[in-house]
Amino acid sequence: MGRKGVRRMGTRRVRLVELAHARSGDKGDTANVGLIALRPELYPLLVKQVTAARVARHFRGIIKGPVERYELPNLHALNFLLHGALGGGGTLSLKTDAQGKVFSTALLRMEIDVPRSLRVG
Amino acid sequence: MIRTTRIASGQGFWGDWLEAPVRQVEGGPIDYLMMDYLAEVTMSVMQKQRSRDPTLGYAKDFVPLMERLLPALVERGVRVTANAGGVNPRACAEAVIETARRLGLAGRIRVGIVTGDDMLDRLDELLDRGNELRNLDTGEPLAAVRESVSSANAYLGAWPVVEALERGAQVVITGRVTDTGLTLGPMIHEFGWRADAWDHLAAGTVAGHIIECGAQCTGGNCLVGWERLPNMADPGYPIIDARDDGTFDVTKHPGTGGRVTVASVTEQLVYEMGDPRSYITPDCVADFTTITLKQAGRDRVAASGVRGGPATDSLKVSLSYHYGFKAIGTLVYSWPDALAKARKADGILRERLARLGLEFEQTLTEFVGVDATHGPLAGPPHPDIPEVQLRVGVRAPERAPVERFSREIAPLILNGPPSVTGFAGGRPKVEEIVAYWPALIPKSEIHPRVDILEA
Repeated sequence: MGRKGVRRMGTRRVRLVELAHARSGDKGDTANVGLIALRPELYPLLVKQVTAARVARHFRGIIKGPVERYELPNLHALNFLLHGALGGGGTLSLKTDAQGKVFSTALLRMEIDVPRSLRVG
Repeated sequence: MIRTTRIASGQGFWGDWLEAPVRQVEGGPIDYLMMDYLAEVTMSVMQKQRSRDPTLGYAKDFVPLMERLLPALVERGVRVTANAGGVNPRACAEAVIETARRLGLAGRIRVGIVTGDDMLDRLDELLDRGNELRNLDTGEPLAAVRESVSSANAYLGAWPVVEALERGAQVVITGRVTDTGLTLGPMIHEFGWRADAWDHLAAGTVAGHIIECGAQCTGGNCLVGWERLPNMADPGYPIIDARDDGTFDVTKHPGTGGRVTVASVTEQLVYEMGDPRSYITPDCVADFTTITLKQAGRDRVAASGVRGGPATDSLKVSLSYHYGFKAIGTLVYSWPDALAKARKADGILRERLARLGLEFEQTLTEFVGVDATHGPLAGPPHPDIPEVQLRVGVRAPERAPVERFSREIAPLILNGPPSVTGFAGGRPKVEEIVAYWPALIPKSEIHPRVDILEA
């Protein structure tokens, strides 16, 4: 989606789950989410639209700290660090997902714009 | 001529599938079996066991496993690297030696012991010398929790494992050696890599990272095509076919379940990753942005191109300390209005806790089936949702309020909202919280030690 929710011409919105797969884990109170393009040609879409700021907005109210993003073009993957995500982390956390194992699929709920002509999945 | 070696992963954590290491040894040719047993707070559980009984403090499962495997290991010449020694590697090794003798293998097995990671008895001396052991996440010096520390271990790397192998150990039992060091050690030993061959050490480290979580790189927990993965009742655990030029393949035994694909391996590569350009171990700093993966055949992924840089001057230290107490209580509410009933029950419970004047550091409510995994991202549930589990957790520095909380769940069954069930487990268990404290220490303060025992 473009700014203020205006969709770009010739695009449609799809959930990341149709474009990427992911795995997440923990380091203390930080969750990491590795987001991997299902096909190499989908990677630039992820780089452009799944920014640290966008991910921080996606998880607003769920995580307490900032979001960092790292690029792994060799693996067609992005790595996100979500700080303050695990209710204290490790053994302190009272959350079902104390180790951040399903932040992966929570990120895959995000929607981005893709060209109408793009084959997904 | 290229030299090769095969390293199989048999255990991704203490509690992983007991059949996996046996299948790795019996399912086809391997040279090494590596097994990772230690998670961040495992050491403190082991310290507690050792303080009650000086012959304990290691992964107890390892000894019966060796009893099952030793004859085949000896017959096939397969060597084992495992951090099963916990806080008492010597006791673990002695138990394995005793088992070997009982199996009639006296004179045929050497067990290597890697120690020197345990800093607990030296902690005050180390602090007095100016090592503040500041928390890597918060920056706080260890002095703040010194009195509550229950374990303190430096992460050792691959080199003591190499020494044990060079001295003829068939089974190497370590304390807190890094997960990756258990795979890199055999490669260094086989290929004679030098301590400054950073690219090679980084390649071995990446290989170690890929297989350290067992089947998590061979289809386990893999999102891509999970419903079509074959024979997951008998998943193949990963095997590294390593070459002395630093390239390697990830594969598994033929005929086993699961799948080795670029997707399954990539998911494991990004697992628990920080800055991918700087994966720091005691042995080197690996750059994960240099790895090239290629599908090289059915259930075979080739990795190449790995670059690395010099190791740092410090070792990571894993400390654990007593933090407080927690308990988590659950009840299940059924249709109709399952979520409304669960919400009502939560409100009543919280009011009762407040009236009792109980103070908690945190009280967390989740509605399993509605928001426990994805929070508000999940959106509103179906109005006719068949059931919802109310899950309430509390945490406090003292045991008493948590204990009282644990008695406030069951009464709701008779004196709260209707159609409630799922309390067969009884009163919530009050658990002691042992928290994790990551820190750094100069390498010069830590002296790894290798001993060899003979059966």
